[in-house]
Amino acid sequence: MHPRHEMLELIVIDGRARGIVTRNMVTGEIESWVADAVVLATGGYGNVFFLSTNAMGCNVTAGWRAHRKGAYFANPCYTQIHPTCIPVHGTTQSKLTLMSESLRNDGRIWVPKNAEDCAKDPRDIPEEARDYYLERIYPSFGNLVPRDIASRQAKNMCDEGRGVGPEVEEVNHRTGETQLRRRGVYLDFAEAIQRLGKKAVEAKYGNLFDMYAQITGENPYETPMRIYPAVHYTMGGVWVDYDLMTTIPGLYCAGEANFSDHGANRLGASALMQGLSDGYFVLPNTINDYLSKGAMPKVEADHPAVVEAVNSVKERINHLISIKGSRTVDSFHKELGNIMWEYCGMERDEEGLKYAIAEIRKLREEFWRDVKVTGVNEDFNQTLERAGRVADFLELGELMCIDALHRRESCGGHFRAESQTEDGEALRHDDEFLYVGAWEFGGDGGQPILHKEPLEYEAIELKQRSYK
Amino acid sequence: MNINLRVWRQANANAQGKMVSYRVEGVSEDMSFLEMLDLLNEDLTVKGEEPVAFDHDCREGICGMCGVVINGAAHGRAASPVPTTTCQLHMRSFADNATIDVEPWRAGGFPVIKDLVVDRSAFDRIIQAGGFVSINAGSAVDANAMPVNKREADRAFDAATCIGCGACVAACPNGSAMLFTSAKITHLAMLPQGQPERMLRVKNMVGQHDAEGFGGCTNIGECAAVCPKQIPLDTIGQLNRDLIASLFSQDGK
Repeated sequence: MHPRHEMLELIVIDGRARGIVTRNMVTGEIESWVADAVVLATGGYGNVFFLSTNAMGCNVTAGWRAHRKGAYFANPCYTQIHPTCIPVHGTTQSKLTLMSESLRNDGRIWVPKNAEDCAKDPRDIPEEARDYYLERIYPSFGNLVPRDIASRQAKNMCDEGRGVGPEVEEVNHRTGETQLRRRGVYLDFAEAIQRLGKKAVEAKYGNLFDMYAQITGENPYETPMRIYPAVHYTMGGVWVDYDLMTTIPGLYCAGEANFSDHGANRLGASALMQGLSDGYFVLPNTINDYLSKGAMPKVEADHPAVVEAVNSVKERINHLISIKGSRTVDSFHKELGNIMWEYCGMERDEEGLKYAIAEIRKLREEFWRDVKVTGVNEDFNQTLERAGRVADFLELGELMCIDALHRRESCGGHFRAESQTEDGEALRHDDEFLYVGAWEFGGDGGQPILHKEPLEYEAIELKQRSYK
Repeated sequence: MNINLRVWRQANANAQGKMVSYRVEGVSEDMSFLEMLDLLNEDLTVKGEEPVAFDHDCREGICGMCGVVINGAAHGRAASPVPTTTCQLHMRSFADNATIDVEPWRAGGFPVIKDLVVDRSAFDRIIQAGGFVSINAGSAVDANAMPVNKREADRAFDAATCIGCGACVAACPNGSAMLFTSAKITHLAMLPQGQPERMLRVKNMVGQHDAEGFGGCTNIGECAAVCPKQIPLDTIGQLNRDLIASLFSQDGK
């Protein structure tokens, strides 16, 4: 085991993946590791949004380094936004904790009918002044509508000014104006407690209620929980074939890091399924097949491609440290996150995405001119670790917006404002977009190149879903 | 609110460390303890000073990465109304203008890497010595073909909630990692697939525990008091029972 090591580059020799370059996060040592095959099992990139349910260390660096070396990156804009999370309470928040989706089995989601009631104690708002909006709009599924719908409707309610909880300052990037918005909806267990009894609710959800109480300081047995959607999972990732091999022979990618299995909208628990099936059943067979095709030429640590990969890592680190600018890494990360959330989040449109791409380019230019990385490489240096990851997020973010811009349809987890039905529901365009969008790296400053992998449905018929 | 911090700063494992005072202003009571440290670090970075190194990852109390001693108690247990990890301790548990001491886990088995970060790879090695099932348990059996009674299933599950944060070691006057080791032992000892290697496991894991320089257990109980996952002290009793039994089995199996 090599804990506290981070992959910073992929070694490609004669078109095959032949190893990686890592940084020892305690000593700063840059090491190369040669191999006959490489597996990336490096997780998702939800942290491009800064605030998400992901752990703080999650990043795209391994996948992105592979992408820059030739691996296609597929459906980058496919992000799952989970409806049942702790709301944003302020600008210093680092994390949006996920409350389990199971809470929607018994909890009822509502906001006040009138915006004037939003600051009131929810227990003082009478039944007739509450809008159980999911039950109203989707009578047959109610509070159990899929995640993307529950998320978007929560956003719609708050955009209408009927959100609850503390007012959070939001900056409108287009106008530069700040506004105060409440970003939360109620998830109410009063009816469930009455129906099942407090004991039964405690047995079912006690640990979640405790967690909520600990984070917010409010008792959910007495007052409704407040929830709001948060970035949870990235369906996009490094493109792989059925053997989980990327477009670089010998480079495999498993789990959330790859793009496969989930389409445009992951279903509950299927991320665990993917981790298990990729690791237990697929890779142990497909890698053997690859290796059985004959011995690879031996690679020494002084091979020019290895030396080049090691040197490029060192140069990049030295560059980051030598900038000695005035802005912290986190300030760039938060600004990027705001852009992504606002324009490439739950709802996207052409104007916003074009604006976001321009803003991200500006931000990336500023990052490489003005970022402040304290300390040296040859040390335990968390600022340097984060700087390298944010630099990659700044490139990925642009690709996500480019992907979102070209896909002019609403499908699965993403909603394109220009593509909706008369009653405001998602409208797919299967005639135009029935494909996986796999992007090839177009060089620094160049345009990424789109490759389309058609989706062919043989056993099932494509349908427009309805939850009304 | 404003907070006065006294933080352990130590450049590396060999350097001399010391407590350094900082004032953190504009702290919100909704912030987690780690978000308050983020605020301090942003401020230090802008001033051109090196930020305080601390371990963290999931920030929702499930990964075991974070952990510092706050006012003398691991994970700030003394300030929190409920068992907690450092990331789930919130600033509303502290008074405005409070002075808070922040130190790394202090134990022979956990050398300091930098500031508040310690090397807990000894835990990895204890797990590698036996904290797993290596026999082929076959494919899933039919439901109810191999009953595990509720009491034992619950006990296995409760022990399995250990996140390996190391608070038990930090809290123990002997620097013992018995609660951690016994949680793993109990978890597997309660389940059918843990039986074939049960005796060998306890010998090897306890042997590795001692080789890492952790102290012995003298039933003080501080470990269970600070444990964010409330691993019960009686798991150590289970470990001792299994360890004694293993001395009477010839090949340790």
